[in-house]
Amino acid sequence: MRQKQLMLVVTFHTTADAMAMEKTCREQDVPGRLIPVPRAISAGCGLAWSAPPESEELVGAAMARVGLEPEAMHRCMV
Amino acid sequence: MIYLDNAATTLHKPPQVIEAVAEAMRSMGNASRGAHEASLSASRVVYDARCRIGELLGCPRPDHVVFTCNATEALNIAINGLFGPGDHVISTDLEHNSVLRPLYRLQAERGIEVDFMPADKMGRIDYGDLARLLRPETKAIVCTHASNLTGNMVDLARMGRFAHEHGLLLVADCSQTAGCVPIDMAALGVDVLCFTGHKGLMGPQGTGGLCIMPGVEIRPWKVGGSGVQSYSCTQPEEYPTRLEAGTHNGHGLAGLAAAAEFLLQEGVEKVHEKELALARRFYEGVRDVPGVTVYGDFSTWDRAAIVTLNIRDWDSGEISDALAEEYGIATRPGAHCAPRMHRALGTVEQGAVRFSFSYYNTAEEADEAVRAVRTLAAETAPEGEEEGPCDRNS
Repeated sequence: MRQKQLMLVVTFHTTADAMAMEKTCREQDVPGRLIPVPRAISAGCGLAWSAPPESEELVGAAMARVGLEPEAMHRCMV
Repeated sequence: MIYLDNAATTLHKPPQVIEAVAEAMRSMGNASRGAHEASLSASRVVYDARCRIGELLGCPRPDHVVFTCNATEALNIAINGLFGPGDHVISTDLEHNSVLRPLYRLQAERGIEVDFMPADKMGRIDYGDLARLLRPETKAIVCTHASNLTGNMVDLARMGRFAHEHGLLLVADCSQTAGCVPIDMAALGVDVLCFTGHKGLMGPQGTGGLCIMPGVEIRPWKVGGSGVQSYSCTQPEEYPTRLEAGTHNGHGLAGLAAAAEFLLQEGVEKVHEKELALARRFYEGVRDVPGVTVYGDFSTWDRAAIVTLNIRDWDSGEISDALAEEYGIATRPGAHCAPRMHRALGTVEQGAVRFSFSYYNTAEEADEAVRAVRTLAAETAPEGEEEGPCDRNS
Protein backbone atom coordinates (compact mmCIF):
# COMPACT_ATOMS: atom_id res chain seq x y z
CA MET A 1 0.00 0.00 0.00
CA ARG A 2 1.21 3.46 -0.77
CA GLN A 3 1.74 5.86 2.13
CA LYS A 4 -1.09 8.18 3.05
CA GLN A 5 -0.63 11.88 2.54
CA LEU A 6 -2.50 14.93 3.70
CA MET A 7 -4.73 15.99 0.82
CA LEU A 8 -7.48 18.46 0.03
CA VAL A 9 -10.61 16.38 -0.57
CA VAL A 10 -13.71 17.92 -2.13
CA THR A 11 -17.01 16.03 -1.97
CA PHE A 12 -20.08 16.53 -4.14
CA HIS A 13 -23.82 15.93 -3.99
CA THR A 14 -23.91 13.96 -7.25
CA THR A 15 -21.65 12.11 -9.66
CA ALA A 16 -22.61 14.69 -12.29
CA ASP A 17 -21.03 17.38 -10.11
CA ALA A 18 -17.92 15.24 -9.62
CA MET A 19 -17.60 14.80 -13.38
CA ALA A 20 -18.12 18.53 -13.90
CA MET A 21 -15.28 19.06 -11.43
CA GLU A 22 -12.94 16.75 -13.31
CA LYS A 23 -13.82 18.40 -16.62
CA THR A 24 -13.25 21.94 -15.38
CA CYS A 25 -10.02 21.06 -13.55
CA ARG A 26 -8.64 19.35 -16.65
CA GLU A 27 -9.57 22.34 -18.80
CA GLN A 28 -8.00 24.80 -16.33
CA ASP A 29 -4.95 22.67 -15.59
CA VAL A 30 -5.84 22.40 -11.91
CA PRO A 31 -4.12 19.45 -10.18
CA GLY A 32 -5.94 16.48 -8.66
CA ARG A 33 -7.95 13.40 -9.51
CA LEU A 34 -11.20 11.65 -8.67
CA ILE A 35 -11.06 9.11 -5.83
CA PRO A 36 -13.66 7.13 -3.88
CA VAL A 37 -14.97 9.24 -0.98
CA PRO A 38 -12.70 8.33 2.00
CA ARG A 39 -14.51 6.68 4.91
CA ALA A 40 -13.09 9.31 7.24
CA ILE A 41 -15.40 11.77 5.47
CA SER A 42 -18.46 9.72 4.71
CA ALA A 43 -19.54 6.10 4.77
CA GLY A 44 -21.02 4.76 1.57
CA CYS A 45 -19.86 5.50 -1.92
CA GLY A 46 -19.36 8.32 -4.36
CA LEU A 47 -16.54 10.30 -5.89
CA ALA A 48 -14.38 13.05 -4.42
CA TRP A 49 -11.72 15.33 -5.89
CA SER A 50 -8.35 14.83 -4.26
CA ALA A 51 -5.71 17.52 -4.73
CA PRO A 52 -2.56 18.74 -3.01
CA PRO A 53 -3.48 20.90 0.01
CA GLU A 54 -1.60 23.89 -1.39
CA SER A 55 -3.92 23.96 -4.41
CA GLU A 56 -7.00 24.95 -2.41
CA GLU A 57 -7.15 28.41 -3.91
CA LEU A 58 -6.83 27.08 -7.45
CA VAL A 59 -9.46 24.41 -6.81
CA GLY A 60 -11.87 26.92 -5.28
CA ALA A 61 -11.41 29.32 -8.19
CA ALA A 62 -11.97 26.57 -10.73
CA MET A 63 -15.28 25.65 -9.08
CA ALA A 64 -16.36 29.27 -8.80
CA ARG A 65 -15.72 29.87 -12.50
CA VAL A 66 -18.32 27.24 -13.48
CA GLY A 67 -20.69 27.79 -10.54
CA LEU A 68 -19.99 24.38 -9.05
CA GLU A 69 -21.02 24.03 -5.40
CA PRO A 70 -19.20 21.34 -3.44
CA GLU A 71 -20.87 19.37 -0.69
CA ALA A 72 -17.83 20.07 1.52
CA MET A 73 -14.07 20.62 1.42
CA HIS A 74 -11.86 18.62 3.79
CA ARG A 75 -8.24 18.07 4.60
CA CYS A 76 -7.50 14.49 5.45
CA MET A 77 -5.00 11.67 5.05
CA VAL A 78 -5.70 9.66 1.95
CA MET B 1 -35.46 -0.61 -48.82
CA ILE B 2 -36.54 3.01 -48.87
CA TYR B 3 -37.00 3.79 -45.20
CA LEU B 4 -39.68 6.42 -44.60
CA ASP B 5 -40.65 5.53 -41.03
CA ASN B 6 -38.27 7.92 -39.30
CA ALA B 7 -40.98 9.26 -36.99
CA ALA B 8 -40.97 5.79 -35.42
CA THR B 9 -37.19 5.56 -35.29
CA THR B 10 -34.38 6.69 -37.54
CA LEU B 11 -32.87 3.63 -39.18
CA HIS B 12 -29.77 5.26 -40.58
CA LYS B 13 -27.48 6.63 -37.88
CA PRO B 14 -24.27 8.61 -38.27
CA PRO B 15 -21.37 6.13 -38.32
CA GLN B 16 -19.87 7.88 -35.30
CA VAL B 17 -22.86 6.74 -33.26
CA ILE B 18 -22.32 3.09 -34.09
CA GLU B 19 -18.59 3.38 -33.43
CA ALA B 20 -19.20 5.09 -30.07
CA VAL B 21 -21.56 2.33 -28.93
CA ALA B 22 -19.13 -0.39 -30.00
CA GLU B 23 -16.23 1.34 -28.25
CA ALA B 24 -18.31 1.80 -25.10
CA MET B 25 -19.18 -1.88 -25.10
CA ARG B 26 -15.50 -2.70 -25.26
CA SER B 27 -14.38 -0.34 -22.52
CA MET B 28 -17.07 1.06 -20.26
CA GLY B 29 -17.77 0.08 -16.66
CA ASN B 30 -20.80 1.27 -14.70
CA ALA B 31 -21.08 5.03 -14.44
CA SER B 32 -21.18 6.47 -10.94
CA ARG B 33 -20.23 3.16 -9.38
CA GLY B 34 -16.52 3.54 -8.63
CA ALA B 35 -13.30 5.46 -9.14
CA HIS B 36 -11.48 2.92 -11.28
CA GLU B 37 -10.80 3.85 -14.88
CA ALA B 38 -13.60 1.76 -16.40
CA SER B 39 -16.24 3.37 -14.18
CA LEU B 40 -14.78 6.85 -14.56
CA SER B 41 -14.72 6.37 -18.32
CA ALA B 42 -18.46 5.62 -18.22
CA SER B 43 -19.15 8.57 -15.91
CA ARG B 44 -17.26 10.85 -18.29
CA VAL B 45 -19.27 9.62 -21.27
CA VAL B 46 -22.57 10.11 -19.44
CA TYR B 47 -21.57 13.60 -18.31
CA ASP B 48 -20.42 14.43 -21.82
CA ALA B 49 -23.83 13.34 -23.09
CA ARG B 50 -25.50 15.68 -20.59
CA CYS B 51 -23.38 18.60 -21.79
CA ARG B 52 -24.04 18.00 -25.48
CA ILE B 53 -27.77 17.35 -25.13
CA GLY B 54 -28.06 20.45 -22.94
CA GLU B 55 -26.28 22.53 -25.58
CA LEU B 56 -28.43 21.11 -28.36
CA LEU B 57 -31.76 21.74 -26.61
CA GLY B 58 -30.97 24.92 -24.70
CA CYS B 59 -30.95 23.45 -21.20
CA PRO B 60 -28.87 25.85 -19.11
CA ARG B 61 -27.40 23.21 -16.74
CA PRO B 62 -25.90 19.84 -17.69
CA ASP B 63 -26.89 18.44 -14.29
CA HIS B 64 -30.52 19.20 -15.16
CA VAL B 65 -30.35 16.84 -18.15
CA VAL B 66 -31.78 13.60 -16.76
CA PHE B 67 -31.47 10.38 -18.72
CA THR B 68 -34.20 7.77 -19.10
CA CYS B 69 -34.69 4.90 -21.52
CA ASN B 70 -37.12 6.79 -23.78
CA ALA B 71 -39.53 9.71 -24.01
CA THR B 72 -42.36 7.67 -22.52
CA GLU B 73 -40.37 7.13 -19.31
CA ALA B 74 -39.41 10.80 -19.28
CA LEU B 75 -43.05 11.88 -19.66
CA ASN B 76 -44.17 9.47 -16.95
CA ILE B 77 -41.54 10.89 -14.61
CA ALA B 78 -42.58 14.46 -15.38
CA ILE B 79 -46.33 13.92 -15.24
CA ASN B 80 -46.33 11.69 -12.16
CA GLY B 81 -43.77 13.86 -10.42
CA LEU B 82 -45.43 17.21 -10.92
CA PHE B 83 -49.15 16.73 -10.40
CA GLY B 84 -51.28 15.75 -7.43
CA PRO B 85 -54.90 15.74 -6.24
CA GLY B 86 -56.78 18.89 -7.17
CA ASP B 87 -54.39 19.92 -9.92
CA HIS B 88 -55.74 20.78 -13.36
CA VAL B 89 -53.76 20.28 -16.55
CA ILE B 90 -54.36 21.56 -20.08
CA SER B 91 -53.27 19.30 -22.92
CA THR B 92 -54.18 18.89 -26.61
CA ASP B 93 -55.78 16.46 -29.02
CA LEU B 94 -52.44 16.13 -30.78
CA GLU B 95 -50.90 14.02 -28.03
CA HIS B 96 -49.35 10.59 -28.22
CA ASN B 97 -50.40 7.93 -25.71
CA SER B 98 -47.16 8.58 -23.84
CA VAL B 99 -48.78 11.82 -22.69
CA LEU B 100 -52.41 10.72 -22.72
CA ARG B 101 -52.14 7.53 -20.69
CA PRO B 102 -50.16 9.01 -17.79
CA LEU B 103 -52.70 11.85 -17.65
CA TYR B 104 -55.68 9.49 -17.86
CA ARG B 105 -54.20 7.35 -15.10
CA LEU B 106 -53.72 10.34 -12.82
CA GLN B 107 -57.31 11.38 -13.56
CA ALA B 108 -58.53 7.96 -12.46
CA GLU B 109 -56.18 7.32 -9.55
CA ARG B 110 -55.07 10.66 -8.15
CA GLY B 111 -57.94 12.96 -8.90
CA ILE B 112 -56.23 15.39 -11.23
CA GLU B 113 -58.38 17.03 -13.89
CA VAL B 114 -57.44 17.37 -17.54
CA ASP B 115 -58.89 19.39 -20.39
CA PHE B 116 -57.81 18.95 -24.00
CA MET B 117 -57.57 21.72 -26.57
CA PRO B 118 -59.58 20.26 -29.45
CA ALA B 119 -58.07 19.86 -32.91
CA ASP B 120 -59.98 20.58 -36.11
CA LYS B 121 -60.09 18.38 -39.22
CA MET B 122 -56.72 19.74 -40.29
CA GLY B 123 -55.21 18.82 -36.94
CA ARG B 124 -54.92 22.44 -35.77
CA ILE B 125 -55.56 23.72 -32.28
CA ASP B 126 -57.04 27.11 -31.44
CA TYR B 127 -54.74 28.93 -29.02
CA GLY B 128 -57.75 30.94 -27.84
CA ASP B 129 -58.84 27.77 -26.04
CA LEU B 130 -56.06 28.27 -23.51
CA ALA B 131 -57.90 31.15 -21.86
CA ARG B 132 -61.21 29.26 -22.06
CA LEU B 133 -59.77 26.19 -20.31
CA LEU B 134 -57.71 28.03 -17.69
CA ARG B 135 -58.85 27.53 -14.08
CA PRO B 136 -57.51 28.79 -10.76
CA GLU B 137 -56.20 25.28 -10.05
CA THR B 138 -54.51 24.86 -13.45
CA LYS B 139 -50.92 23.85 -12.84
CA ALA B 140 -49.48 23.16 -16.27
CA ILE B 141 -49.77 22.81 -20.00
CA VAL B 142 -48.55 19.43 -21.23
CA CYS B 143 -48.25 19.29 -25.00
CA THR B 144 -46.36 17.88 -27.91
CA HIS B 145 -44.05 20.03 -30.01
CA ALA B 146 -45.25 18.30 -33.19
CA SER B 147 -47.99 15.78 -33.88
CA ASN B 148 -46.51 12.39 -34.67
CA LEU B 149 -49.45 11.84 -37.00
CA THR B 150 -49.74 15.02 -39.08
CA GLY B 151 -46.40 16.73 -38.41
CA ASN B 152 -48.28 19.90 -37.41
CA MET B 153 -46.19 21.92 -34.97
CA VAL B 154 -47.42 23.43 -31.73
CA ASP B 155 -46.21 26.98 -31.13
CA LEU B 156 -44.24 26.32 -27.95
CA ALA B 157 -43.20 29.95 -27.60
CA ARG B 158 -46.87 30.94 -27.50
CA MET B 159 -47.67 28.15 -25.05
CA GLY B 160 -44.69 29.22 -22.93
CA ARG B 161 -45.78 32.86 -22.85
CA PHE B 162 -49.31 31.92 -21.80
CA ALA B 163 -48.04 29.47 -19.21
CA HIS B 164 -45.70 31.93 -17.56
CA GLU B 165 -48.19 34.81 -17.68
CA HIS B 166 -50.54 32.62 -15.65
CA GLY B 167 -48.05 30.93 -13.33
CA LEU B 168 -48.22 27.55 -15.10
CA LEU B 169 -45.50 25.10 -16.04
CA LEU B 170 -44.99 24.08 -19.65
CA VAL B 171 -44.09 20.42 -20.17
CA ALA B 172 -43.21 19.67 -23.80
CA ASP B 173 -43.04 16.31 -25.52
CA CYS B 174 -40.32 16.85 -28.12
CA SER B 175 -40.20 13.24 -29.33
CA GLN B 176 -40.70 14.29 -32.96
CA THR B 177 -38.54 17.40 -32.93
CA ALA B 178 -35.47 16.96 -30.71
CA GLY B 179 -32.46 16.84 -32.99
CA CYS B 180 -34.29 17.68 -36.21
CA VAL B 181 -35.99 20.99 -35.35
CA PRO B 182 -34.05 23.85 -33.73
CA ILE B 183 -35.04 24.06 -30.05
CA ASP B 184 -33.96 26.43 -27.30
CA MET B 185 -36.06 25.45 -24.30
CA ALA B 186 -35.06 28.46 -22.23
CA ALA B 187 -36.00 30.88 -25.02
CA LEU B 188 -39.27 29.05 -25.71
CA GLY B 189 -40.31 29.08 -22.05
CA VAL B 190 -40.37 25.29 -21.74
CA ASP B 191 -39.96 24.17 -18.12
CA VAL B 192 -39.61 20.44 -18.75
CA LEU B 193 -38.61 19.08 -22.13
CA CYS B 194 -38.98 15.35 -22.71
CA PHE B 195 -37.07 13.74 -25.57
CA THR B 196 -36.20 10.42 -27.06
CA GLY B 197 -32.73 9.62 -28.36
CA HIS B 198 -33.51 7.33 -31.27
CA LYS B 199 -35.62 9.51 -33.58
CA GLY B 200 -34.43 12.92 -34.74
CA LEU B 201 -31.40 12.79 -32.49
CA MET B 202 -30.29 9.70 -34.43
CA GLY B 203 -28.96 7.96 -31.33
CA PRO B 204 -29.58 4.42 -30.07
CA GLN B 205 -32.93 3.09 -28.94
CA GLY B 206 -33.18 2.87 -25.15
CA THR B 207 -32.03 6.46 -24.67
CA GLY B 208 -34.06 9.54 -23.84
CA GLY B 209 -34.56 11.97 -21.04
CA LEU B 210 -35.81 15.21 -19.55
CA CYS B 211 -34.26 18.64 -19.61
CA ILE B 212 -35.44 20.58 -16.57
CA MET B 213 -35.21 24.31 -15.99
CA PRO B 214 -33.60 25.25 -12.66
CA GLY B 215 -36.21 25.70 -9.96
CA VAL B 216 -38.67 23.13 -11.31
CA GLU B 217 -39.15 20.41 -8.70
CA ILE B 218 -40.14 16.92 -9.89
CA ARG B 219 -40.75 14.16 -7.35
CA PRO B 220 -38.92 10.94 -8.20
CA TRP B 221 -41.09 8.31 -9.83
CA LYS B 222 -38.58 5.53 -9.23
CA VAL B 223 -36.04 5.31 -6.44
CA GLY B 224 -33.09 3.03 -5.85
CA GLY B 225 -29.36 2.76 -6.44
CA SER B 226 -27.63 6.06 -7.09
CA GLY B 227 -23.95 5.48 -6.35
CA VAL B 228 -24.03 8.32 -3.82
CA GLN B 229 -25.57 8.94 -0.36
CA SER B 230 -26.04 5.18 -0.04
CA TYR B 231 -26.99 5.16 3.67
CA SER B 232 -29.80 7.64 3.16
CA CYS B 233 -33.25 6.02 3.20
CA THR B 234 -34.42 8.39 0.51
CA GLN B 235 -33.35 9.19 -3.02
CA PRO B 236 -30.81 12.06 -3.20
CA GLU B 237 -32.58 15.37 -3.79
CA GLU B 238 -30.14 16.79 -6.30
CA TYR B 239 -30.65 16.51 -10.05
CA PRO B 240 -29.90 14.43 -12.05
CA THR B 241 -29.51 11.72 -9.39
CA ARG B 242 -32.96 12.48 -7.98
CA LEU B 243 -34.61 11.03 -11.08
CA GLU B 244 -32.02 8.49 -12.24
CA ALA B 245 -32.20 5.46 -9.94
CA GLY B 246 -30.49 2.39 -11.36
CA THR B 247 -27.77 1.78 -13.92
CA HIS B 248 -27.81 4.01 -16.98
CA ASN B 249 -27.91 2.71 -20.52
CA GLY B 250 -24.28 3.78 -20.64
CA HIS B 251 -23.54 2.14 -23.97
CA GLY B 252 -26.55 3.83 -25.49
CA LEU B 253 -25.64 7.17 -23.98
CA ALA B 254 -22.20 6.91 -25.56
CA GLY B 255 -24.00 6.69 -28.89
CA LEU B 256 -26.34 9.53 -27.96
CA ALA B 257 -23.39 11.75 -27.07
CA ALA B 258 -21.83 11.01 -30.46
CA ALA B 259 -25.15 11.71 -32.18
CA ALA B 260 -25.53 15.03 -30.38
CA GLU B 261 -21.99 16.00 -31.32
CA PHE B 262 -22.73 15.12 -34.95
CA LEU B 263 -25.81 17.36 -34.88
CA LEU B 264 -23.94 20.21 -33.20
CA GLN B 265 -21.28 20.03 -35.91
CA GLU B 266 -23.75 19.59 -38.76
CA GLY B 267 -26.25 22.14 -37.46
CA VAL B 268 -29.86 21.33 -36.60
CA GLU B 269 -31.06 24.09 -38.95
CA LYS B 270 -29.41 22.32 -41.86
CA VAL B 271 -30.90 18.97 -40.83
CA HIS B 272 -34.36 20.51 -40.50
CA GLU B 273 -34.17 22.23 -43.88
CA LYS B 274 -33.11 19.06 -45.66
CA GLU B 275 -35.80 16.93 -44.04
CA LEU B 276 -38.48 19.51 -44.79
CA ALA B 277 -37.36 19.82 -48.41
CA LEU B 278 -37.80 16.06 -48.82
CA ALA B 279 -41.21 16.09 -47.14
CA ARG B 280 -42.26 19.00 -49.31
CA ARG B 281 -41.08 17.28 -52.49
CA PHE B 282 -43.15 14.24 -51.56
CA TYR B 283 -46.18 16.33 -50.55
CA GLU B 284 -46.15 18.31 -53.80
CA GLY B 285 -46.02 15.04 -55.69
CA VAL B 286 -49.01 13.40 -54.02
CA ARG B 287 -51.30 16.25 -52.92
CA ASP B 288 -53.32 16.41 -56.16
CA VAL B 289 -53.37 12.72 -57.02
CA PRO B 290 -57.02 11.65 -57.44
CA GLY B 291 -58.10 9.47 -54.53
CA VAL B 292 -55.33 10.66 -52.20
CA THR B 293 -56.21 12.51 -48.98
CA VAL B 294 -53.35 14.19 -47.15
CA TYR B 295 -53.90 15.07 -43.48
CA GLY B 296 -52.59 18.09 -41.61
CA ASP B 297 -52.03 21.79 -42.10
CA PHE B 298 -49.76 22.42 -45.07
CA SER B 299 -50.49 26.14 -45.22
CA THR B 300 -47.21 26.51 -43.32
CA TRP B 301 -43.90 24.66 -43.57
CA ASP B 302 -43.14 25.33 -39.95
CA ARG B 303 -43.69 21.64 -39.31
CA ALA B 304 -42.10 18.26 -38.80
CA ALA B 305 -41.06 16.24 -41.87
CA ILE B 306 -44.16 14.03 -41.82
CA VAL B 307 -46.74 13.55 -44.58
CA THR B 308 -49.67 11.31 -43.72
CA LEU B 309 -52.27 10.20 -46.23
CA ASN B 310 -54.89 7.71 -47.24
CA ILE B 311 -55.82 6.35 -50.63
CA ARG B 312 -59.57 6.38 -51.06
CA ASP B 313 -61.18 4.25 -48.35
CA TRP B 314 -58.50 1.58 -48.43
CA ASP B 315 -57.29 0.17 -45.17
CA SER B 316 -54.08 2.03 -44.32
CA GLY B 317 -52.50 -1.30 -43.35
CA GLU B 318 -53.13 -2.72 -46.83
CA ILE B 319 -51.61 0.33 -48.49
CA SER B 320 -48.57 0.28 -46.20
CA ASP B 321 -48.14 -3.44 -46.85
CA ALA B 322 -48.35 -2.90 -50.61
CA LEU B 323 -45.76 -0.13 -50.35
CA ALA B 324 -43.44 -2.48 -48.46
CA GLU B 325 -44.01 -5.61 -50.53
CA GLU B 326 -44.31 -4.14 -54.01
CA TYR B 327 -42.08 -1.08 -53.75
CA GLY B 328 -39.78 -1.75 -50.82
CA ILE B 329 -40.95 1.41 -49.06
CA ALA B 330 -41.26 1.34 -45.25
CA THR B 331 -44.11 3.45 -43.83
CA ARG B 332 -46.31 3.31 -40.76
CA PRO B 333 -50.06 2.62 -41.01
CA GLY B 334 -52.71 2.38 -38.31
CA ALA B 335 -53.28 4.51 -35.24
CA HIS B 336 -49.76 5.74 -34.39
CA CYS B 337 -50.67 5.75 -30.65
CA ALA B 338 -52.52 9.01 -31.29
CA PRO B 339 -56.21 8.20 -30.68
CA ARG B 340 -57.48 11.74 -30.12
CA MET B 341 -55.76 12.98 -33.27
CA HIS B 342 -57.30 10.20 -35.37
CA ARG B 343 -60.72 11.01 -33.96
CA ALA B 344 -60.27 14.65 -34.93
CA LEU B 345 -59.21 13.69 -38.45
CA GLY B 346 -62.01 11.13 -38.79
CA THR B 347 -59.59 8.29 -39.48
CA VAL B 348 -60.26 5.96 -36.53
CA GLU B 349 -61.46 3.06 -38.70
CA GLN B 350 -59.16 3.50 -41.66
CA GLY B 351 -56.01 4.62 -39.88
CA ALA B 352 -53.55 6.50 -42.09
CA VAL B 353 -50.25 5.89 -43.85
CA ARG B 354 -47.42 7.98 -42.48
CA PHE B 355 -44.35 8.89 -44.53
CA SER B 356 -41.62 10.45 -42.39
CA PHE B 357 -38.26 11.69 -43.62
CA SER B 358 -34.79 11.85 -42.15
CA TYR B 359 -31.49 13.55 -42.89
CA TYR B 360 -30.29 10.43 -44.67
CA ASN B 361 -33.18 10.18 -47.14
CA THR B 362 -32.72 11.41 -50.70
CA ALA B 363 -34.78 13.25 -53.30
CA GLU B 364 -34.74 10.09 -55.41
CA GLU B 365 -36.34 8.16 -52.55
CA ALA B 366 -39.03 10.82 -52.15
CA ASP B 367 -39.71 10.65 -55.90
CA GLU B 368 -39.93 6.87 -55.81
CA ALA B 369 -42.48 7.13 -52.98
CA VAL B 370 -44.52 9.60 -55.06
CA ARG B 371 -44.54 7.19 -58.00
CA ALA B 372 -45.65 4.34 -55.74
CA VAL B 373 -48.53 6.37 -54.28
CA ARG B 374 -49.67 7.48 -57.75
CA THR B 375 -49.64 3.93 -59.03
CA LEU B 376 -51.50 2.56 -56.00
CA ALA B 377 -54.08 5.36 -56.29
CA ALA B 378 -54.63 4.45 -59.94
CA GLU B 379 -54.82 0.74 -59.20
CA THR B 380 -57.40 1.23 -56.45
CA ALA B 381 -59.67 3.50 -58.47
CA PRO B 382 -63.26 2.20 -58.65
CA GLU B 383 -64.34 0.62 -61.91
CA GLY B 384 -65.16 3.29 -64.48
CA GLU B 385 -62.87 5.79 -62.78
CA GLU B 386 -59.58 4.17 -63.69
CA GLU B 387 -56.99 6.58 -64.93
CA GLY B 388 -54.59 3.84 -65.83
CA PRO B 389 -51.32 3.13 -64.12
CA CYS B 390 -49.07 6.10 -63.76
CA ASP B 391 -45.94 6.35 -65.78
CA ARG B 392 -43.31 5.17 -63.33
CA ASN B 393 -40.82 7.55 -64.87
CA SER B 394 -43.04 10.59 -64.66
